[in-house]
Amino acid sequence: MKKKVLWKLILIGITLILAVVFFLPNTPAFRYMPEWWVKNMPNKGIVLGLDLQGGLHLVFEVEGDKAVEITTDRYASRLRDLFAKKKLTADVNVSGLNITVSPSNVETRKVVEDNYPALKPLETGTRLVYKISDKEALRIKEGAADQALETIRNRIDQFGVAEPTILRQGENEIVIQLPGVKDPKRAIDLIGKTAQLEFKLVDDEAKVAAEIPQSIEPGEEENLLKQFAEKIPEGNTILFEKKINKETGAVRKIPILLKKQAALTGDLLSEAKVNIDSRFNEPYVSISFNADGAKKFEEITGANVKKRLAIILDNAVYSAPVIQEKISGGNAQITGNFTMEEAKDLSIVLRAGALPAPLKMLQNVTVGPSLGRDSIEAGKMAGIIGTIAVVLFMIFYYRLSGVIADFALLLNIILLLGAMASLNATLTLPGIAGVILAIGMAVDSNVLMFERMRDELRAGKTPRAAVDSGYDKAFWTIFDSHVTTLITAAVLFQFGTGPIKGFAVTLSLGVAINLFTALVGTKSIFDIINSKRELKKLSI
Amino acid sequence: MIELIKNPNIDFLGKRYIAFVFSGILSIIGIIAIVQIATGRANLGIDFAGGTAIQFKFENPVALHNVRLALESGGVKDFDLQDLPSVNKILIRVKKSEQELGKGSETITSILSQKFPENKYVVDSTTVIGPKVGGRLKADAAKAVAFAVIGILVYVAFRFQFKFGVGATIATFHDVLAVLGLFYIMGKEINLILVTALLTIAGYSLTDTVVVFDRIRENLKLKQKENIETVMNSSVNEVLSRTIITSATVLITSIALFFFGGEVLHDFSLAMIMGVIVGTYSSVFVASPVVLIWGGKRPFAKK
Repeated sequence: MKKKVLWKLILIGITLILAVVFFLPNTPAFRYMPEWWVKNMPNKGIVLGLDLQGGLHLVFEVEGDKAVEITTDRYASRLRDLFAKKKLTADVNVSGLNITVSPSNVETRKVVEDNYPALKPLETGTRLVYKISDKEALRIKEGAADQALETIRNRIDQFGVAEPTILRQGENEIVIQLPGVKDPKRAIDLIGKTAQLEFKLVDDEAKVAAEIPQSIEPGEEENLLKQFAEKIPEGNTILFEKKINKETGAVRKIPILLKKQAALTGDLLSEAKVNIDSRFNEPYVSISFNADGAKKFEEITGANVKKRLAIILDNAVYSAPVIQEKISGGNAQITGNFTMEEAKDLSIVLRAGALPAPLKMLQNVTVGPSLGRDSIEAGKMAGIIGTIAVVLFMIFYYRLSGVIADFALLLNIILLLGAMASLNATLTLPGIAGVILAIGMAVDSNVLMFERMRDELRAGKTPRAAVDSGYDKAFWTIFDSHVTTLITAAVLFQFGTGPIKGFAVTLSLGVAINLFTALVGTKSIFDIINSKRELKKLSI
Repeated sequence: MIELIKNPNIDFLGKRYIAFVFSGILSIIGIIAIVQIATGRANLGIDFAGGTAIQFKFENPVALHNVRLALESGGVKDFDLQDLPSVNKILIRVKKSEQELGKGSETITSILSQKFPENKYVVDSTTVIGPKVGGRLKADAAKAVAFAVIGILVYVAFRFQFKFGVGATIATFHDVLAVLGLFYIMGKEINLILVTALLTIAGYSLTDTVVVFDRIRENLKLKQKENIETVMNSSVNEVLSRTIITSATVLITSIALFFFGGEVLHDFSLAMIMGVIVGTYSSVFVASPVVLIWGGKRPFAKK
């Protein structure tokens, strides 16, 4: 009997030491630990969830359908090039996901089907209509999600966030967690920007160009596009440049008639960095093309001297300077009244590359650092007050036995914190609630045992016999009541989102540890008391 | 020995019909709440309904009325306002925002900076939930409730005789429905954190029921000749104080959480407080009577 108690005490002692060692990194004392300790002993502890330390939780959907559209456009423009090269006169048009080629003859058909086996013919009569096959479309969507993930990872790396989490979820969703970000709006803009950089020639020669107004009020874009929808020539489009009057701050939109087809795109960039214009002290982004891009850029500028070339990012014109002469070397500048931050972010997204498809925001949970701090303080307060109240209640109601239960309760709290730290579990705000509820539930086991002991005492048993049979008889009741709580905690863990998972973790750990402290902890103290001499009376 | 009630001898099961009427009303309100939730007419939180919620912390006190006027003149529609005047906090919720997600929160912050230029604020938190995620969270919550109920049922069926399982399950449903119904009547938000509380209540309210059932089972074995209702009544009386005290300790911590745990956990702890009280009541007044009625003359213990 005595030996058994000793083993139990050793077990409690070891778990207690382990708990303290694991939880140490979460206490101020960790700062005073020697270096060898910090290096070799557990040094991570409990991790704070985004809701407690502040930060962003974002879910984006990669719009795969758009990626298929973009690919369709690209195929069409390459087909035009191919026909031109082979000296075939053929019209290539895109409407939605369909590519229409006319005239329909053996030669045009051969060009399309030899070069683009992924295109499935829909019509082969008077004209040829093609569509990207379903299998290929699926592959494009898959690829778009993969590439978007990679691009976002790149952007966030360059933005500089400590310990970001970036994951694929399901077919086309990306989950991003950025703890401790101070400027959430900037981070969201940086991630969500498609960053499709294009260079398009301005078509000032078209007749309709003269009819287009010099500038319009922001918000009038739709009307203007409707007004000119029928008038602009095939192969042209209107995009807008935003102009801010530096003195008044007034914003105007300048419509610009452009060739629809991009002369050059951002995938040929090799570098993008922020520079400061020495005259106006304004930041701009300077870009360099790779060898291919530089060659193309030289050709385009050479062939279009005195014309304007628009620099377009995500369908917004940043500037449309006149080409003064052929530009070789492959360097260009993007200006546009940037702040330093904007210029920096633009250079990041250009370096990291464009997203293969636009992103749609599905979810954004942002918590400011001050709310997190307040929550932790409030949680601590509630925990301390709740614990003290329960401790006092137990002593009041069960006297000396209550003190023993309180000892088990403290053991329970320490072990719970230690267990969470050893798992590097994430503590969330609902998780704090779980800890506090677990404190209330922790004494339940002791209450059930003590009441059983009282039953046994009333039935006339000696204190020692009452303790033993009280434990035995209460065991299954305690076990059953714990299991049901564990079942719901498991379900919450399976189906809950981050913060609620945290609740499930603390609650289930709390309940499981409670079984240990109640059945091993309290019992051994009663055993020690009883082993010295047979008690005449039990303070219960 | 301090005892809550000395040798209680209350005819709990005799009062079962009064209890059934009371519980019936509570449950019906809960069922109405579920129907209202399913048809989208209840006060669903934005995590289920989709939308935008922003919490602002101002430097100086700000009148709710002025915020309302500012937002209305700024063209924001269908919003809810809530304030915590003691800490100058204001919560703005825009449900089912048709606007592009994220844009809504920008509009609101810019309106507030324009209308209250002298009163600086920080954005405590922003939550934007798209309809797709809202739908998924709703489905997950429904699945969680279903699996929790099945899990508990299976466990109770495994540990107890079927009649007890029925009693425990009905009592558990009753507790969840009652708290949900009370929240609905109070106009409180039905959100993920409430579902978490409800499931916790489901798990915890069984504790009391198990305590009562264990004693009934034990006594039925010992007193096979006695009238079943008498045995049940004396069992409930015998364990009455522990039923109340185990609940009391959880109640204490829930109350601490309610008063000191901060605004985010306020409704959660309120639900827990209600759930613990209702759960204690149901283990005495619902679970055992159901076993008595369902079990007929002599429900026998397995063990």
